[in-house]
Amino acid sequence: MTKRITVTLNNEIRSLAVEPSDILLDVLREVLGVKSPKIGCERGDCGACTILLDGKTVRSCLILAVEADGHEITTLEGLSQSGLTPVQQSLLKYNSFQCGFCAPGMVLSATELLGKNPSPSKDEVKEAISGNLCRCTGYEPIIDAIVAVGKKAGKRA
Amino acid sequence: MSSLKFVGKSPERIDGLEKITGAATYVDDIDFGARLLHAEIVETPYAHALIKSIDTSAAEKVPGVVRVVTGKDFPYRFGLYMQDRFSFPTDRVRFVGEQVAAVVARDAKTAKRAAKLVKVVYQELEPVLDLTKALRDDAVLVHPDLGNYTRCPWFFPQAGTNIAHWRKTRKGDIEKGFKEADVILEDTYTVPRYSHCAIEPHVIVGLYDLSGRLTLWSASQSPYTQRHVLAQALAPLGLSHKDIRVVTPYVGGGFGGKAGVSMEIIGAALAMMVKGQPVKVRWSRAQEFYNTYQRQGVIARIKLGAKKDGTITAIEHSLHWDAGGYVEYGANVVNAVGLSATGPYRIPNVKIDSVCVYTNLPPSGPYRGFGYSEFHFGLESHITRMAHKLGMDPVDFRRKNAIREGDTLAYGAKMNPCGLMESIDRVATEIGWGKKEVSKDPNKVIGKGFACFWKAPAMPPNAASAAFLKFNEDGSLNIGVSGMEIGQGYMTVMAQIAAEILTVPIEKIRVELPDTDRNAYEWQTVGSHVTWGCGNAVKAAALDVRAKIFEVVERALGIARDALYLEDEKVKCRTRVDFELPLRNFVINGIQTSQGSFIGGPILGSGVFMPEFTSALSDPETSQGGHPNVHYTVGAAAVTLEIDKKTGKMRVLKATLAVDAGKAINPRLVKGQIVGGIVQGLATVLYEDIRYSLKGKLMNANFTDYKIPTSMDVPEEIVPIIVEVAQPDGPFGARGAAEHTMIPAAAMVANAVEDAVGRRMKTMPITAEKVALELQGVSYEDVKGSSMGLCFAGRPDAYKFHTKAPAKK
Repeated sequence: MTKRITVTLNNEIRSLAVEPSDILLDVLREVLGVKSPKIGCERGDCGACTILLDGKTVRSCLILAVEADGHEITTLEGLSQSGLTPVQQSLLKYNSFQCGFCAPGMVLSATELLGKNPSPSKDEVKEAISGNLCRCTGYEPIIDAIVAVGKKAGKRA
Repeated sequence: MSSLKFVGKSPERIDGLEKITGAATYVDDIDFGARLLHAEIVETPYAHALIKSIDTSAAEKVPGVVRVVTGKDFPYRFGLYMQDRFSFPTDRVRFVGEQVAAVVARDAKTAKRAAKLVKVVYQELEPVLDLTKALRDDAVLVHPDLGNYTRCPWFFPQAGTNIAHWRKTRKGDIEKGFKEADVILEDTYTVPRYSHCAIEPHVIVGLYDLSGRLTLWSASQSPYTQRHVLAQALAPLGLSHKDIRVVTPYVGGGFGGKAGVSMEIIGAALAMMVKGQPVKVRWSRAQEFYNTYQRQGVIARIKLGAKKDGTITAIEHSLHWDAGGYVEYGANVVNAVGLSATGPYRIPNVKIDSVCVYTNLPPSGPYRGFGYSEFHFGLESHITRMAHKLGMDPVDFRRKNAIREGDTLAYGAKMNPCGLMESIDRVATEIGWGKKEVSKDPNKVIGKGFACFWKAPAMPPNAASAAFLKFNEDGSLNIGVSGMEIGQGYMTVMAQIAAEILTVPIEKIRVELPDTDRNAYEWQTVGSHVTWGCGNAVKAAALDVRAKIFEVVERALGIARDALYLEDEKVKCRTRVDFELPLRNFVINGIQTSQGSFIGGPILGSGVFMPEFTSALSDPETSQGGHPNVHYTVGAAAVTLEIDKKTGKMRVLKATLAVDAGKAINPRLVKGQIVGGIVQGLATVLYEDIRYSLKGKLMNANFTDYKIPTSMDVPEEIVPIIVEVAQPDGPFGARGAAEHTMIPAAAMVANAVEDAVGRRMKTMPITAEKVALELQGVSYEDVKGSSMGLCFAGRPDAYKFHTKAPAKK
């Protein structure tokens, strides 16, 4: 028994048939071909599958595809369609990632934070990315890069 | 050396843009189309059992199931250093979660459903979960056939026992050494198992195509070694090395867990059984914990003797390793420690026994630090305690005994140039050693802890690196190497080395990800050796290319090659200042002569590095006579730790670490290793707490219950320090500095805890719970409950260290 759903994925309307038990992460990767959300733990612990659902970060491994029907999904692929965003530029400059596997989720968590709070403190940054596990970097260059975006924005304002 | 333009600089990582945009492709991201098959593993629930029968008939009837594979189909043994591991065991299982069958189906859900229908009948055996029992004369044997296994010549398994390897190192006269000592300190330290927790789980896709070629897309640190180990295992099926291709795209973290071959054998086996169709095996997070490698647990007894003036006279270090059901790689961890468990100190009389013991727990293997993280916990705790016993400052005691260039190592070879003293001094200054800090909160106390470290790459003596280098039409170039970018920044460093020789900026250099069909050989990306080993190969390839460039210019234009040099992507001439020839003008199409013909052609180069001075041949009773390690990297670290006396909760106010990188090719990447390594090391001592049931089942195989640090758990401040005492045989003086940064973390915390609250913790981890109990005078051993983290039932202090092997069966 399949169900037809329609989502806006990275600004494009996509309609597809899914099983009621299909996980959104699997559908994004295997059916819609969007590979930046990664499979790390399949139980919401690691944050590698983070996406933006109507602008809010969610773990796509904890959501059924049918629940996304009618909603707007943004993945890393959709974020830089018109060039790198300021937070991507900063993360690049700070050599923030090593293996890079957590990067897509981390970038989206940072994007959500900066959307709500353009000049976050270090503690606010730490809190915002605390659901995204990174095993390589010790987080420091990621935190510094996000704080730097906020400082730059603060200066402009 | 001051004229270096690319080496010693910190450009952006050359893989940065791919990773920040999501363009970086990992194995699981590759599309294989509608033909792709999925596998589900049937696992044993028993730690130790005989397989009586396997009935796959019900699973095979499920629509969508393509094949069910068991040990009957694929009974091959494999292993890196000792072939003791099975693709699918045929007669006996040795740890909870071991694969006994696999269901291959059109989709993952069908495979999962069908796997539940495979009926396996077991005869349960007594599991070997306690080192004391494992080493008894009447021990239950984990590998009754141990004596028949193929192994490397420097392993000494003892058939008829559970001892897979015993590395003995003897130097000087140990009894005389202890007689000369004014003070002797002896104690026991224990370290449980740990899990790597790379965020990307292991994944492999195998395709045995209709022409008989096997291609594997593998999340691996070791493409060539995988090909070799699999070629050995698959030889009975008629495959040779040229028939096997291993492709490794980006890897989402390794830390040793993706070295060698673990679950990848299953991917290869299943591919062979479904010819013509690709099949994917992707580990779940739980499987990632119990069926790849774990870091081994160890119990260590240290006896240290010193004179009143602080001179260490002797060390006796016995280590019993809980190595799990298979030790094909892990026994080499035990070996490495057996050669180096003196730590970075000049000690004239040494007795080390490092014993690798089979148990019915998950297979053990390499994890960042390769045994050194484990033994440094005890050793560096002991060094501080000995200093206190002597009435000396722990940092002064370390200075007094710090190893120096030319000192004789435990196995008789000489120590390489090293900046240990400089590391100690700079760390002591940075942490404000000797200055007591007081918390404003009366419930909190602050302590400082110090630790030194050293580590050598553990490699076979013929672990070679090679590099291909080729120019493109515009003077940009590709480097074809098979070291693995696992996050450390390897690609960027290789580009910087080639850039320095060829004057081509790194923006114009592409370092290719490994493909064994195409890129040059690399043994493995382990041991923090690729900057050194592969860096030397890339440097040699760049020099080869440069020589070819000069040769072509000489032949085409008649300018003596000795007068030529490279600058800013141009060939220039010392004797003709007006001469300059851009590389892009000729590196593919050659140089046109006055007659109109073209001389030269595509410029290609290659380079090889082999550590020709090493040898693993030595006396098995003493380890004297060989040169098993290429060199040691040394350093020091310290921590300022705040402890809440009521809750035991600890906060790292400051951590600092100095590592002697020889020459930091890219200082920012080295600093990235220091910060990441410190946090990974702190995690093992402060947070991660592995638990098994008393029947050997891993209880916390997930990130909810096995806690790795989040962004909220990082130190308030980390100060990385790079020391540079050149490694004479390293590229531009470089040596490895990546694993090392994790090694001192646990001991420095234990030392800081004692400094703060006066209690010595001798068992890892040192969690808030344990500290709180300790401060209330409650022994953790009395309240820890019925799960186990350490591989023995009794109290560590009561553990008996055998000096003799148990009687053979």
